[in-house]
Amino acid sequence: MVSLILILVASLFFTGIVIRTKSLASGRKGPGIFQPMKDIFRLLKKGSVYSSTTSIIFQIAPSFYIASVLMAILIVPLGDYPGVISFQGDFILFAYLLAFGKFFMIISALDTGSSFEGMGASRESLFSMLVEPAFFILMGSFALLTGHTSFHSIFSTLHYGSNISYLLGLLATFVFIMIAMIENSRMPVDDPKTHLELTMIHEVMVLDNSGFDLGLILHTTNLKFAMYGAIISNFFIGDLSLMYTIPIFFAVQIGFAIVAGLLESFMARFRMSHNPQFIFILTSVSLLIFFGVLLLLERFV
Amino acid sequence: MRLLIELFNLVAVVSIVALPFLKVRRKGILTLVTICLQVVLASILSVQVLSGNPVDYSYAGSFITGAIPIRVDYLSSWFILIIGFTFLTGAVYGIQYMKKYIDQAANITLHASAYILAFTTLIDICIVQNSLVLLVIWEMMAISSFILIIFEHYKTETLRAGINFLIQSHVCILFLTLAFMWVRIKTGTYDFNDITAFTGSQPSLIGVGLFIFFFIGFAIKAGFVPFHTWLPLAHPAAPAHISGVMSGVIIKIGIFGILRVLLLIKTNFVTIGYLILVISVLTGIYGVMLAIIQHNLKKLLAYHSIENIGIIGIGIGLGCLGVGYSNQILIVLGFSGALLHTLNHSLFKSLLFYSTGNVYQLAHTINIESLGGLIRKMPQTAFLFLIGSLAICGLPPFNGFISEFLIYLGMFKSISSTDFTLTAMMLFSILGLVLIGGLAMICFTKAFSIVFLGTPRQISIDKVEQEKRASTLPLYAIVAVIMAIGIVPIAFLKVISLPVGQFANVISVDTVSQFSEITHTAAMIGVYSAVFIALVGLTIFIRRMITRNRLTSIGNTWGCGYNGSSNKMQYTASSFIRTYRKLASPFLHVDKIKREAKEIFPDSVHQETHPHDKVEKWLIDKPIYAFRQLLSRFTFLQNGNVQAYILYGFIFITLVILIPEIIEKVKFLINFLNQI
Repeated sequence: MVSLILILVASLFFTGIVIRTKSLASGRKGPGIFQPMKDIFRLLKKGSVYSSTTSIIFQIAPSFYIASVLMAILIVPLGDYPGVISFQGDFILFAYLLAFGKFFMIISALDTGSSFEGMGASRESLFSMLVEPAFFILMGSFALLTGHTSFHSIFSTLHYGSNISYLLGLLATFVFIMIAMIENSRMPVDDPKTHLELTMIHEVMVLDNSGFDLGLILHTTNLKFAMYGAIISNFFIGDLSLMYTIPIFFAVQIGFAIVAGLLESFMARFRMSHNPQFIFILTSVSLLIFFGVLLLLERFV
Repeated sequence: MRLLIELFNLVAVVSIVALPFLKVRRKGILTLVTICLQVVLASILSVQVLSGNPVDYSYAGSFITGAIPIRVDYLSSWFILIIGFTFLTGAVYGIQYMKKYIDQAANITLHASAYILAFTTLIDICIVQNSLVLLVIWEMMAISSFILIIFEHYKTETLRAGINFLIQSHVCILFLTLAFMWVRIKTGTYDFNDITAFTGSQPSLIGVGLFIFFFIGFAIKAGFVPFHTWLPLAHPAAPAHISGVMSGVIIKIGIFGILRVLLLIKTNFVTIGYLILVISVLTGIYGVMLAIIQHNLKKLLAYHSIENIGIIGIGIGLGCLGVGYSNQILIVLGFSGALLHTLNHSLFKSLLFYSTGNVYQLAHTINIESLGGLIRKMPQTAFLFLIGSLAICGLPPFNGFISEFLIYLGMFKSISSTDFTLTAMMLFSILGLVLIGGLAMICFTKAFSIVFLGTPRQISIDKVEQEKRASTLPLYAIVAVIMAIGIVPIAFLKVISLPVGQFANVISVDTVSQFSEITHTAAMIGVYSAVFIALVGLTIFIRRMITRNRLTSIGNTWGCGYNGSSNKMQYTASSFIRTYRKLASPFLHVDKIKREAKEIFPDSVHQETHPHDKVEKWLIDKPIYAFRQLLSRFTFLQNGNVQAYILYGFIFITLVILIPEIIEKVKFLINFLNQI
């Protein structure tokens, strides 16, 4: 329950910090950190334009999307405090819930009959498929390390005993940051600023959305970012009391947002055709973590 | 109980005899009544068995067959229930579907009797435990399925697919016959129980060898790679309700066979487990990889059946490893996952095939590339297809998620085993299952949105007829069961726990430690599925309330400044999967015919892609081609000359007489040389 509230709070300013970091990095003052939320609220109040080719799918998909992400957030724990939903294997439900939302976003993009949105949908479906092995191997490695199979029990028993496990935690953080960047279609996989439909992924999928629906979609992205930030913060929290966990949580969220901002400021977008190779790297890094865990437990034959 | 089984078969016989004497319209009704009656009888039998009264009696049989034991256990009952439900929905849907062919009276008679026969034989296969009788029934099942497939026999394609099916069915029967003969020679009886006695007294290697024979036989029926090549041909050729039934349950009889043999055989289950697991992971990935590039909707679904057989196989493999390593939790999770996924697949696959049937009947094509925007004309079919797509992708809150979850949980639980091979294998299968899930999503987002969403591509939507109530009603029944499994999986797991107990060698699964934990988890998932549905409903409701009085307008799709709209500008199925195709090109074989734009005022641009199956090409087509090349060298013998044929006969007879003589002489010579 704690994590749900914290994630909801963090989602309010996360993108703001990213944008602020980018402004500062490029030598501008930039908007306030609540500006993205203000934009979203303005969108939520607006009316909509629907394309004449769209059907009911187009209208319900954004609601399905945000519902699936909210449901997934319910699973994320905070240190010693389990999420609202917690059972063995809950991270499988987590991944599949996110997939459910993505399914609807993809079909809603194709519902418009626009070739640009088809492009985005095609890329999104492929890239998110390629990300999933990394996530599952990572969770498999931690299941192997701790002998548990739920988010909460994995994170609460993940004590950093030896030096190599610090490295594992660091690598896992890297993988999760990258997963978050890919899932939200940010740099270096996608550049939402380009304004060239041919090179975008997520932004091009929502070209036709407007008003309330667009607001929902934009806030879902914020929620997703904060959700991944919460998972990352779990690598550093352990079984501390709430007094410490909440500051650490926000520190990690802000740190993550700054890292995201810096990444977007100083990194170039990959060529679209090279993205699959890049995403495969994540799978190999998580395999590395897996073998690290095997070494740590001396399970090699 | 005995009466029930005899009555069940009697109903089928009476109805098949009566069919030719009825009017065409009555034939369908009689078929439906017969199937209903049979399903009721079979269900009573199953429920009786599942409530703890296994059937075990035997007929005297003849001097050829020996005693014919009839045994109905939990495993049989589970499959009987699955088969019954799908055949029932198939019959209801089929009546509506076949109305188009009402002028082909004789053909429909044959079709209806084959349908009843296929159902009867499938149920009988589940209960008979005499190998010779089983082979006879198996053959009847194969032939009746053949007749069902070739309903439109005046199409060459259909006939070709049917004959392909017939041949491969007989290769399947050949392997089964070899395996049964092996047991028969060693034990002297046809009773299944002797498989246990025989393999129990032999070294485990013999058992593994025997299992491989059985496995190949059943794998051809089930459609494991590389024995799957008949499936993508037969499914598109058959009428929709037959495709649904075939994909839903007829291929599952192969799974039943494998499970049955696993219950009987006593051997090294670790080896068998690894074998099944590796084949299944490859089957799953290969099936879905090929499914994505198909543009014939039924063929796409057929490849997905292969994929799902892979998932079921992964469950079975895990269960076997559990037996081998005596890891109770793995047995429970593996076999429960496999058994539940068998039911799940029979539901969503028949749902998808039936809704594809609706598309075919109303739009007259199932080529994905020429469809589009059908949701306007057939909203119910679109809705049903969407439910099927979500379920087959294993997304919550639908049934596919529950069975995949059980299999995942088994893998994640046993990844921390102390055995390195098992850990590595679990990692491999997790990777496999994740890839299958992700690829399935690409495939069904493509299939659903290209067919039902957007604007029509080649076929004008005005020509598409309105859907009829009768063509969607049985589909809602399937959706109800799909939702029931998604929300109260525990009720189904309770039933599954009985056959799983057979594999774990315990009377009741409740004695397995941690089982209550698993059922608890499943129950929680059911609750969370319900919560999720409620949450989705709530967001929709909130959106509705807020935006109710908002100004909305209709405009063109954003065209990058371009305001004209053309259907041709839409993304097509091929373009949607292009990035995937590029990535997977080393594993795929796609023939591409392309006419590119040239000069300043180009002609029309054109591109066609024809996907092929690499396994089929290298494992079946090439060897057969080579064999035919070899045989063609001897065609000079067949010269149509009667004198020459008489000469062959003469040479043959001479050889038969002479060869023993010559051998004798050679022996004599060798002896003579030795003595010197």
